[in-house]
Amino acid sequence: MVADTMQSIAPRFKWSSVFLSYPALLTLIVIVAVWEGAIRFFHVPDYIAPAPSVVALELVRQLPNLAVNVVPTLLEALGGFAIGNLSAVLIAVAMVRSPFVEKCFYPIAVFIQSVPMLAIAPILVLLFGTGYTPKVTVAALICFFPTLVNMVRGLKAINPQAFELMRVLSASNSEIFFKLRLPSSLPFLFAALKVTAPSAMIGAIVGEWIGSRYGLGAMILEATYNFRAPMLYATIFVATSIAMALFGIVGLVERRIIRWRVGDVY
Amino acid sequence: MGANAVNGAASAVAFAAPAVTMRDISVDFTRDRNTIRVLKDIDVAIPTEAFIAMLGPSGCGKSTLLRVVSDLVRPAKGSVSVFGKSAVEARRNREIGFVFQDATLLPWRTVIDNVRLPLEIKEGASRIAGSYSPEEMLALVGLDGRHNAYPHELSGGMRQRVAIARALICRPRLLLMDEPFGALDELTRDKMNEELLRIWRETRTTILFVTHSIAEATYLGQQVMVMAANPGRIRETVPIDFGDDRSPAVRDTPQFLAYTARLRRLLEAH
Repeated sequence: MVADTMQSIAPRFKWSSVFLSYPALLTLIVIVAVWEGAIRFFHVPDYIAPAPSVVALELVRQLPNLAVNVVPTLLEALGGFAIGNLSAVLIAVAMVRSPFVEKCFYPIAVFIQSVPMLAIAPILVLLFGTGYTPKVTVAALICFFPTLVNMVRGLKAINPQAFELMRVLSASNSEIFFKLRLPSSLPFLFAALKVTAPSAMIGAIVGEWIGSRYGLGAMILEATYNFRAPMLYATIFVATSIAMALFGIVGLVERRIIRWRVGDVY
Repeated sequence: MGANAVNGAASAVAFAAPAVTMRDISVDFTRDRNTIRVLKDIDVAIPTEAFIAMLGPSGCGKSTLLRVVSDLVRPAKGSVSVFGKSAVEARRNREIGFVFQDATLLPWRTVIDNVRLPLEIKEGASRIAGSYSPEEMLALVGLDGRHNAYPHELSGGMRQRVAIARALICRPRLLLMDEPFGALDELTRDKMNEELLRIWRETRTTILFVTHSIAEATYLGQQVMVMAANPGRIRETVPIDFGDDRSPAVRDTPQFLAYTARLRRLLEAH
């Protein structure tokens, strides 16, 4: 009896409540189960499409190898993320301050954005060799445009009454910028950072496809050429997890900094 | 009605030195190559320490008039003087406070940091006659204990209190209010009206208050300036003889009803 009462007081783990809070988890389990079942039922060979269980085993087996190769890719992604976003923010500030600068740079930014990144990578290898530089550059280029566009929009999206308030207070242009424009643009900046954090990973991997002997990108190529599909899948799984983690980190920082609801008038 | 000095707004107009004088002001707005005359031939003298309500239909230019006084809009012709100086000078000297229709608080700043904002702006800071502290201001508007709240945690009425505290922190001699309580529910609005009268009596700031509520204009103003639209102009100025120390109960008197009826007739006249 005593044990019974204890059990009813203690919070019990219930799968049903987990699925109610995260319905996508259920979807994921169903997809993996169907995938596993289909591969086994149709006897699909591993080198064409591996079952999730095989991928999981390969993931464990390749863990030391993956760990070594994650480091350069992550560094390239982070470097590109920092450089691409920082230059986008600075150029956005210059554009908002001077319409002439905007006219000078904006069409060129659109042009760079329109060039396929896969085509740019070989050019960068020719320019910078096979070190970190071309990979960081691809990641930076991928991050640049979304942040530029969002930041220009954010810096312009100030409440007109707040602008009048600053003018009644005789605020200077730089006071208006630092006290009004820059803080108002933060939600726009974070929207861009959340998009570009996973993109930076893509950029680094694409960079590694062209002339690299290390990194997750190189592992993907190697696995493909050798028909090692389980390793290919395991590598993609790791790359995806890291991209999602970067997204999550940006989201956490955003929640600490932005406490107000965008679009509301206070 | 008691021996109050400012009792009888007409006499106040005649004897006190004006806080704001507008002579022959016209304002044009250009949109799509059409020029619209928003205000035409405005001649007003606002006495010092007066509480003037400006009542009019939407589009009559009453908000524009406040923006002319605060140097946010340049008139096409005519001249404005604020305490004997140009509007630009008065603005630079921080002699003008402005309360907007929305509280216009900066959402990333706490209540006290919002109130402190005017003190952080350099231009004119040295010429402020002696500002209040943010804490004093929040006490004045009845917001003690909410210093570190963020704007999204406050009700609409509380946000407007913060906006009033911010507008008054530099001790402006003139407070311009552009339908500040228009978005509030009626009970909150009545309460804010009483508070505003108390703040006015305590600070002796000249107030120019724009509204489209007849009852609000009657309850607040020593005079109600009735405006008409197309083009915006002043139709008539009606003195309200309730004295400064009017209690909320005046709103239920027959005299109050007579004022509102008269103001409504003026608004509806063509």
